[in-house]
Amino acid sequence: MRHTSLFAVLTVLLASPLFAQQSAPSRPGQTDNAALLEKIRELEDRLISLEGQVRILKSQQAPPEAGAQEATAAPQGQPPVAPTTSPTSAAATAVTQQQAIALGGAGGSAAKALNPDISAIGDFISVAGHNSVQPSPSLEMHESELGFQAIIDPYARGDFFLSFGEEGVNLEEGYITFTALPAGFVARVGKMRSAFGKVNTLHNHVLPWVDRPLVTNSLVGGEDGIDDAGVSIQRILPAPKWLFLEATGQLFRGDSGSAQSPLFKASAQSDLSAVAHLRSYKDITESTNLDIGLSYARGHNDLGTNFLTQLYGMDATLRWKPLRRSIYHSFIGRSEFIWSQRRQFPFEQRAFGFYTSGDYQLGRRWFVGGRYDHSDRPETASLTDNGASAVLTYWPSEFSQVRGQYRFTRYAGNLDAHELLMQVMFSLGAHGAHPF
Amino acid sequence: MKNHTFVRYRVIVTLGLLMAGFLPSRAEAKKLNVVTSTTDMAALTREVGGDKVNVEALARGYQDPHFVEAKPSFLLKLRQADLLISVGLQLEIGWLPPLITQSGNPKIQVGAPGYLDASQFAEILEIPQGQVTRAMGDVHPLGNPHYWLDPDNGRRIARGIANNLAEMDPSDGAYFQQRFEDFDKRLTAAEQKWDEEMKPYRGRKLVTYHRSFPNFAKHFGLDVIGYVEPRPGIPPTPTHTLELIQLMKRENCRVVLVEPYFDLKTPQSIGRETGSQVVVYLPSVGGEKGVDNYFQLFDYDIGLLIKAFNATK
Ligand SMILES: [Zn+2]
Repeated sequence: MRHTSLFAVLTVLLASPLFAQQSAPSRPGQTDNAALLEKIRELEDRLISLEGQVRILKSQQAPPEAGAQEATAAPQGQPPVAPTTSPTSAAATAVTQQQAIALGGAGGSAAKALNPDISAIGDFISVAGHNSVQPSPSLEMHESELGFQAIIDPYARGDFFLSFGEEGVNLEEGYITFTALPAGFVARVGKMRSAFGKVNTLHNHVLPWVDRPLVTNSLVGGEDGIDDAGVSIQRILPAPKWLFLEATGQLFRGDSGSAQSPLFKASAQSDLSAVAHLRSYKDITESTNLDIGLSYARGHNDLGTNFLTQLYGMDATLRWKPLRRSIYHSFIGRSEFIWSQRRQFPFEQRAFGFYTSGDYQLGRRWFVGGRYDHSDRPETASLTDNGASAVLTYWPSEFSQVRGQYRFTRYAGNLDAHELLMQVMFSLGAHGAHPF
Repeated sequence: MKNHTFVRYRVIVTLGLLMAGFLPSRAEAKKLNVVTSTTDMAALTREVGGDKVNVEALARGYQDPHFVEAKPSFLLKLRQADLLISVGLQLEIGWLPPLITQSGNPKIQVGAPGYLDASQFAEILEIPQGQVTRAMGDVHPLGNPHYWLDPDNGRRIARGIANNLAEMDPSDGAYFQQRFEDFDKRLTAAEQKWDEEMKPYRGRKLVTYHRSFPNFAKHFGLDVIGYVEPRPGIPPTPTHTLELIQLMKRENCRVVLVEPYFDLKTPQSIGRETGSQVVVYLPSVGGEKGVDNYFQLFDYDIGLLIKAFNATK
């Protein structure tokens, strides 16, 4: 309906200049011409403003029902300019019909505009080399991730990420974010990657490596990490002007990790897990910044309700990106340190692990990086694994990526593994936000 | 065990209360806080807002507006904002949406009164017809978002912003209206001067790096015959560069415009091959020292263009 009235207005506007031109030659004169030009200009402005409103409507409002657009010559909307006179009304109708057809064509895409932004990301990995401790498949469509994202209303947005392995499907994340709460709170409800450290929050396709660090795999629940159903609340804290401080508190059902690396398990309904994160951030210069976080997580482990696992984490990220050449050069250095305290028979196990990585962007399409890994095993902290990786990444465009990673791992007991990981990633559909 | 659960809840509730306790002091300043995504929108807001508004831009004028990083420090500005003005048409799609979500500011959420997409006021060119695919590169599917380099669009945007400010702060409505009329007058005078200066060069051909110049070219009657990028967002390839050089020779086009955030290597080799002037023009206010408002932006670019056209006859 709203479209209809807009078309009516458009009609009038489109017709008016014609009318004006017709009457123009009858009374020539400098001032009249100037006035006429002024008038045309004003009409042009109005037309552009209406086009703008149509664009906004198309992107935000419900599309009119099919057929509503055909009801052309019913000017029930109030045209803001002078009414059309009879000589031009025929022309006006003609223009309207044309207009209706053109915009009707766009009506289809208006319906599309209401669909959520849909994206699909493919992640193919091949591994060569030898690893007797944790062998990987030679060729694997490791993950296909489908994303559905949309603004729900002015008060909330929704995000879904379904991750398909070669066999099963997993709801990686699916949550609503309440963006219009009082007092600056932002809340999330659903299933989500928890705010423990940095790597745990990141999807596979935005990692700077093919794999995840050893410490994540050993102490923080493996590839899925702490990813659970629950609620999250976040707020920016008051701080001096130069400092960004943000606190996040999360409460989950208490199931996280995978079969190979179990972390939390809810044996009873009350076995909830909780995560807290404090993030501080500072711009050092316009191109350099420092991001430091503290994390804490607690939950019940697979031994039962009486067995707690607690994690303490610290993360630090240094970023450099010169603004005038931001698409060509950048550097990110990052470390996460994680301490695990796991209750079990006969004693509590205290394990520690960390990684340190650096990634440098050589040019618009090339990145080179390295990572050092170290981690104790959570159930037997006396067993320690170490590793090192070198990574080279090539971006044909913003929407595809080819990556090679050489990975050396020295597992506890001096078992060495040398592997070459190759990854091809590609993304379809909506343009996602760039990770930061 | 029950005790545990209880303690846990208490900790969380206390944490929540603590966070709530840190509410900012309600010293409701009379001035509206306006945050804009780019410097150009900030410049236009300053023109009509005068000293009744605080205006801050997130991106810098010499930065690629497609690839701004979503820095948390921006959140500190956004959470205080009464009004967020974006360029729209997906220019900021890679960085603004997550910032809006995380800002914790209900006023500036998309669809709320404090969110203003300035593209609705402007004449938009290059709206793709038919199917849009990524084979076209990182194309802007809603039309070209680099629309502010046409003084007529500048006027329209300024009017839109003035109306919006008046809606948000009706007591200063007359002030904003008056500021707009004054801006309109100065812009019309400047426009006459610019049109006059550019008149001898109407129809001249040029090449730009990215498709960020169509509105300027349309307004001043210039002819953009090609782009250094083979497709939007795709870096130059040897084949395309060769084709572009041939096209420029054939069309006798001898000016290459480059945005300040692109590498000059390819444009300069094109310049050498074709005897062209390679000019780093400014798409945005704040791209260089001394280019601090909307008028200076046109003065600067027109000065560069005239010099380049004269040098290549
Ligand atoms: Zn662009």
